[in-house]
Amino acid sequence: MSEHDDAPPMEAQRYEDGSISYPTHPRSLGGAEAVETIDLSEHTAEVITWTESTATPPGVREPNTIAIVEFEIDGESVRAVGQVADNAEVEIGDEVEPVYAEELRDPEVGIKEPESQEWDGYRFEPTQ
Amino acid sequence: MDRVAVIGASMTKFGQRDVWIRELLSQAAEECLDDADVAPDEIEHLYVSNMASGEFEGQGGVPNLLAHDVGAIPAYTERIDQTSSSGGAGVYAAWRSIASGASEMTLLVGGEKMTHKTTAEATDIIASITHPAEYKHGLTLPSFAGMTARRYLHKYDAPRESLAKVAVKNHKNGVDNPNAQFRKEIDVETALDSPIIADPLRLYDFCPITDGSAALLFCPESVAEEYADEYAVISGIGGATDTHVVHERDDPTVMNGVVDSGEQAYEMAGLSPEDIEVAELHDMFTILEFLQMEGLGFADQGEAWKEMDEGTTERDGDLPINTSGGLKSKGHPLGASGVAQAVEIYEQMIGEAGPRQVDADVGLTCNVGGFGNCVITAIMEAAE
Repeated sequence: MSEHDDAPPMEAQRYEDGSISYPTHPRSLGGAEAVETIDLSEHTAEVITWTESTATPPGVREPNTIAIVEFEIDGESVRAVGQVADNAEVEIGDEVEPVYAEELRDPEVGIKEPESQEWDGYRFEPTQ
Repeated sequence: MDRVAVIGASMTKFGQRDVWIRELLSQAAEECLDDADVAPDEIEHLYVSNMASGEFEGQGGVPNLLAHDVGAIPAYTERIDQTSSSGGAGVYAAWRSIASGASEMTLLVGGEKMTHKTTAEATDIIASITHPAEYKHGLTLPSFAGMTARRYLHKYDAPRESLAKVAVKNHKNGVDNPNAQFRKEIDVETALDSPIIADPLRLYDFCPITDGSAALLFCPESVAEEYADEYAVISGIGGATDTHVVHERDDPTVMNGVVDSGEQAYEMAGLSPEDIEVAELHDMFTILEFLQMEGLGFADQGEAWKEMDEGTTERDGDLPINTSGGLKSKGHPLGASGVAQAVEIYEQMIGEAGPRQVDADVGLTCNVGGFGNCVITAIMEAAE
């Protein structure tokens, strides 16, 4: 649920065996082929667990609150991990919604080549 | 089938060392060869377990470098990188080399030089093993541990103190290990009052950044007695991989790689969890000791924490775990750790663990790479 009009989808993958994954993979864990993508940014999720990390690598905000969340899509659950927006306080069981961020960490100062991967994505914001 | 024997072992001082990877590897290799009284030109295969010498100090080609330095040319050489389980993967590679008949004398050396980097830089090098979807959010191995610990404590109603007790136990064991990075006892209060690193985990829930190396020498059991009066055999070994993306696992409190590799090792050895008398588990984070105890069948799911109050895993308990001090106090030079775990069990099997010695003829090692992404479990037995 992004305020950015041009935000890309939070793309999950549905496979022939009915399973869904985030991020996307060429095949499901069971080896089934991908059939369609699903935009998770239109859905809310439940916090499964979280941590506030104080020892962060170069280019990462400090502290960095991160959560694993679970979406329910047509009776199938799919989990995602990501930063909590504004390092907001969350608890297990809280409802959150995805919010788009153009840059999650500074690509220029870590060990990875900046061009080797994308750096935008979705944080999770409590709905209450 | 001729079993695979371990006839020599060595471990250098773990901690902050003033030498680089080349000397670390050479030191462990030479001490191991001396331990078994084996000449360098007898080595047929030479394996080096190392995760990131290129990233840490810009040195590649370490197996070739080591082979020349110790005089093992023209032995076959290979570098084994399986992140934090590079050492265990090296044990598996060395075992395969002997079991297959490809080699009759294999030297395995594990090592890593890390402490010249800042904590943030070292954390980033290690975090580079994560999926891009994790890395961009700043996920680190400690943050995975924090999330898993929170889920575990919540799901199983386990007290936070139980994790601190793992640190207390392993620090206590490390006092008697002359090569351990930390040889200092701590108490539960100290652990619980230490700075938060990845809430709810604190400083004393984490292993340190470490320089160090360790080595093992393998040969067929049929020739082991030519070299050693006392030796051990690897009776079971297995390796497995779990999802690259950590949150895609069905249960965040279960490490499937531990379960799968353990089952393989038990089946090969013809043993069950009840037969294990001492174990070295990968306590890179305190919570991992519980997850491995449960995954390997030493405790029911969600109940490993109860064993801390029972004293089961203390040195004088029914199943001593991490008599070496574990990664927690001994230190965690990435590529060396899995080798050092096996060194400890080898010394326990041949009765040379000194003040750490326990009464055991069957031991187990579990070496975890990433956050359970790849796991090697091995069972070692004292030779009859």
